[in-house]
This record gives sequence, C-alpha cells and structure tokens, in this order.
Amino acid sequence: MDSSNPVHARRPRLGVFKLASCDGCQLTLLDCEDELLAVAQAVDIVHFPEASSSLMPEGPFDVVLVEGSLSTSEQLEQLHRIRKNARALVTIGACATAGGIQALRNFADHAEFARAVYARPDMLPILAKSTPVAEHVSVDFELRGCPIDKRQLIELIAAMLVGRAPVIPNESVCMECKRRGAVCVVVTKNQACLGPVTHAGCGAICPAFARGCYGCFGPRERPNTRALAQHMRAQGLTGREIARSFRLFTAYAPEFREESERHES
Amino acid sequence: MSRERTYKVDLLTRVEGEGRFHLVVDGEDVKEAHLSIFEAPRFFEAFMRGRSFQEAPDIVARICGICPVAYQMSAVRALENALAWVPTPEIRTLRRLLYCGEWIESHALHVFLLHAPDFLGYASAMDMARDHKALVERGLRMKKAGNSLIEVLGGRAIHPVSVRVGGFSRAPSPAELGALRPALEQGLGDALTTVKWASGLRAPELESDYVFVTLCAQDYPLEWGDQIAISGRGQFPVEAFDELFEEQQVARSNALHCRLRDGTPYLCGPMARLNHAHERLHPTALAALATSGLTLPLRNPYRSIVVRAIELVHAFAEALAIIDGYSCPQPACFDLEAASASGSGASEAPRGLLWHRYELDAGGLVETARIVPPTSQNQARIEADLVAIAPELLRLDHDAATRRCEQLIRAYDPCISCATHFLELTIDRAGADRSSAI
Repeated sequence: MDSSNPVHARRPRLGVFKLASCDGCQLTLLDCEDELLAVAQAVDIVHFPEASSSLMPEGPFDVVLVEGSLSTSEQLEQLHRIRKNARALVTIGACATAGGIQALRNFADHAEFARAVYARPDMLPILAKSTPVAEHVSVDFELRGCPIDKRQLIELIAAMLVGRAPVIPNESVCMECKRRGAVCVVVTKNQACLGPVTHAGCGAICPAFARGCYGCFGPRERPNTRALAQHMRAQGLTGREIARSFRLFTAYAPEFREESERHES
Repeated sequence: MSRERTYKVDLLTRVEGEGRFHLVVDGEDVKEAHLSIFEAPRFFEAFMRGRSFQEAPDIVARICGICPVAYQMSAVRALENALAWVPTPEIRTLRRLLYCGEWIESHALHVFLLHAPDFLGYASAMDMARDHKALVERGLRMKKAGNSLIEVLGGRAIHPVSVRVGGFSRAPSPAELGALRPALEQGLGDALTTVKWASGLRAPELESDYVFVTLCAQDYPLEWGDQIAISGRGQFPVEAFDELFEEQQVARSNALHCRLRDGTPYLCGPMARLNHAHERLHPTALAALATSGLTLPLRNPYRSIVVRAIELVHAFAEALAIIDGYSCPQPACFDLEAASASGSGASEAPRGLLWHRYELDAGGLVETARIVPPTSQNQARIEADLVAIAPELLRLDHDAATRRCEQLIRAYDPCISCATHFLELTIDRAGADRSSAI
C-alpha cells in the first residue's frame, strides 16, 4: 500500500454535486442505510447540499461525485469549477455518464423544438443538447445506471478509502441474469430485451421481474447492437419500436444513439 | 431611515433539487417574498410525445428519485382511465402496498435526515448522529424497511421496474411479502416512538388560514381517488382539474405556481390529508394522533413533522394489514388495447397531490402529456407563509431568522426536481401547436 497516498494522511474530502437530474443517484448514498453513518465517519463529506446545510462548493475535494447532465451554460461553468477543485471526479448515473432521459431532446431539431415548445425560447438559459460530463471535462471513473446501484457505490467508496481501483465488471446484463437464475424473457416469452448489449450492475432486475431489460446502465463495451436489432426485427418489432428501445435513459450513449438512428424513419 | 432587511439563501439545502429564497422586509412590511426554482427544466412533457403509453410509467419515474412510485401511480391511473380499464381489487391493493413503501422511505428521509436537524440545531443528520445516534438509526431503520418493501415489489428502491399500465410485470409471492413482516413490525413500533418524539419538538408559532387540497376516496388518500376535495369548496372530479386550478407563470422561477381559479393559494400534502381525512387513518395511526397533542384542524406548518410521523404509523400499519390479507393477483398484468383516448389520474405523493393527463393516438402513442406536481402547487402557499412569518423574524438575529425561513420551507418537503419539468408545458399550452388540440 502506498503510504504516501494523500488519501491515507487524513479522511478523504468528498463533495456531491448535482446538475440536471432527478436526485436519485445521490439519494442512493442516503439509501445506504446500513453504511451511511460509517461512511460519514470514514469520509469527510464537505459538500452535499441534499443532505447538509454546511456547504463548501469550492472544495478542495479528494473525490467528487457528480450527478446529472449538462443542460445549461451555468452548469457548464459550475462543472469546470468542480473539476478544478477535485483530485478525482466520478460521474454517477445515466444523466452524468450519457446525458440522461433529458437527452431525448438532442434528437429533435433543436430550433424547431424550441419554437414548438417555448413562446420565448430566447428567455431560456438552456443548451441545445443535454450532454454527459465526460464530453466537457476529464472523468476519473463512471458509475452507470438509472439509478446507480448501491453495491457499486459502496464498492467505489471502499476502494477510494484504501486507494485501489474499484472492481466493477464490464459485462452484459445477461451474465447477471444467468447468475441470478432468472428465466430468459427473450427465449421463453419472445420479449424484446437489451440485456445482451447493456452494462451489468443492476443485478438483472427486469428479467427477474418478467420483462425485458430497458438498458438503463447503458451500453457495455463493444456491444453488438446491430445483431440485437436484427433479432428484434425478427421478433416482429417495427423500426420505430427498435429505435425507441435504444432511445431511453442512455439514448445519447454513442452505441445506442447510432443504433437508434439506423431505425429512425 | 430605512429598516430594510434581506434574508436569503442562494442554495436551499436538505431539499430535493435546486432552489433559493429571497425575503425583503421593511419594518413589518414585506416587500418581496420569493421561493425561486432554478433547477434546469428537463422537458418531460415534450419528449414524452410519440412514446408508447406502456413506456410512460418507466419514463415519468425519472422525474423524481425520491418519489418515483408516485409518478408511476398517477401515470397508470391516468392511462388506465383513458383506456377505460379498472384495475382488479388485488392489483389496486398491491399498488397501495408499493405506495406505502414509498411513503415510508420518503417520510423517514424527510423527518430524520432533512427536517429534524432544523429542530435540533445541526447542519445534517450525519452531524446529528454524533449526539443522537439512536434517533438517526431509528430513522434509517424505518427508511430501509420502506425501501425493502419497494425492492420486493419492484426490484429496486429507486425507479422500480414492475409497475405497468394494466398491473405488475410480476407480483410477489405471499412468502416474499411475509419475510418483510419483522422489519415492518419493528417499523411500526419505531413510527409510534417517532410520533411521541416529534410531538415533543418545540415548533415555532404560526397559524395560517389554509385552503387544503387532497385526493378524496373511501380510504385515507393515497393511490386511489376520483375526486379532489378542496376545503370549504367541496369535492370535484379529478378530470375537472383545469376548471378548478390555474397555473401562473412567474418570471423568477422555472416552475409554475398553482392557485385556485379565484387566485387563492392552497396547500396539499400531509397536513392537508390529515385535516381532510384523519377519520380514515388506520386505527393504530388514529390512536397515535389522539396522543400526539395535535388539535384539528391543524394550521401550523412546522407541526407537519408530527403529521409525517403519524402517516408513517399509518403506512406501516396498512402495509402489515395488506400483507396479512394478501393473495397474489391472477393475472398480475392485463394487456390493454391501444386506443385514441384521453384521461386524467391523480394520487397522493408523499408531498401531496400529483395530477397527470395524457392524450393518446390510435396506436397508443402519447400525443400530449401534462403533469402537475405537488411542489408547484404548494409554491404560492410557501411564499404566503414566508410573508406571514416576517414580523416574527424581527425578534431573531439575522442568522437565526434565515434559518427559520429555511425551516419553514423544509416543512413543506419541497421536491424541486419535480417542480421544474413543466415550464415547457406552460408555454406549450400557450403555443400554437396545442391550440389545435383543445
């Protein structure tokens, strides 16, 4: 163990920040009911507005968790400040890692969309697209999911405390599905399922609840989305239905984005 | 000489989402009282257009990480109303159980992690735990019990996956629910202790003449109800929402203010529910109310922490009763035919009335979606209460006065992420593309 690692010299300073999001990923930290008080002793939580009135937005931080996508120019400025003050920046959840459900607006003709929706589009501080954090600043680690998984969050914090890399397997939901002993909904029920192309981490909840995976952890590494889309076509889905399947909470992740665009019309 | 004082907090803490407040007082005259919501709008109603009705429960859950079940429940109510389908009693009961889980996790979060630090003088529950460990642990234990209930029914605590238009993708076995019993029994005991504890907290004096608004049905308002009760005005169909309420756009906020058509601000949420429907509480919760020292009608918002504790008792007691009488719905889910249709539905989110309306095309794709969350309904009322406490703030030093304003705002459990998604909707309604639809 590298004792010169500053993380060991004192309690690591943690900040939790929110951009455009539903708050669910940072809530996951408060949902660690059995671990929360131990975490609060092991880590110095210096900025976490959802949980504490004691704020220190300028840090400095050893680690920041960033939830949410970039949706306004103010958030963009805020993100650069956060990055400057943080030794390590970890993005948590589908909004921060892929732009979130609000990135569906990225697929609309923005000018037309703004005119259709807003009487005074000029009054809005809204950026044309909702984008992931990594498009703007360097990111040290990503936790996937809509929302993130509690066990993965605890693993990340534990790894940070001892100065090792977190062990988050990059495999497909199918692997978790098999380990869980869930019945494959594609084979037995001919349901559409994004499990083969989706990053593991949720524990294969959807197949275990008798429905197809809807991809909220985003694409796994090198997913064969094209083969899956062909299979969906053979299952009887229309092009639009296939496009919609890839276009949910991680719609703007490149692999899902490209696959959905192939089936758009 | 000007005696103008300004109280403001630029980032409200211990609330969900991003807001600020600004109160300017000259002597006893309030010159400005604003609760501003600067959370970025996320365009839910806009991008739901063209999505299948079956996707709606998954999508709307993402409006709020704290009350996703409320969004799912209001959505399925509205869509099933549109498609003229009435859920079976077994499915209704299972939905009520799921919703009990959400009330438990959300109320326990608010009472112990967000609001209690105001009463005991700490920045956070983590700080509070240094001196009040057993108290915080009790809150976390209840919260965990609520989350476990949602996990068993929906796979995970945040954004559960089993809620479908037409039922549940999978219903739990009686054994799975039975396994929750010990935690729920302990939770019920913890909730009763919490009522006693919360009743003993010193609440600042404040009495406002509220108009309360709740869903209204046979049971304590939760997942079901076709009528909206407005105190002093009567009961009205959920479908008549637009005739009853008016949404006003306010320049400083990314959310709309809801008022009664005559301009009166109103209150929804736990205090409104207790005042309207206390006689429909579970007997154990009714007994807890009797010992709580609350007198009805309750008009002090700071006492809402006691009301949440009573609703925690109700949710635990009702969850236990449902589990004891549970029989697995057969089938768990009905396939509903797509149709060109429209419908509204509402449910009682932990923070109050949550109303949805959808219009579908013949293929079952959403043509328009409208969502009115509780916090935008309460926003005008929160501002009116900031005005009401202005004279009292004179007697406090500046920091204490600022903290008092925050404590008051937190008493409403504002859920700001929820409130903002609908700026686009306002303008949408004023815009050309909707005028043809109406």
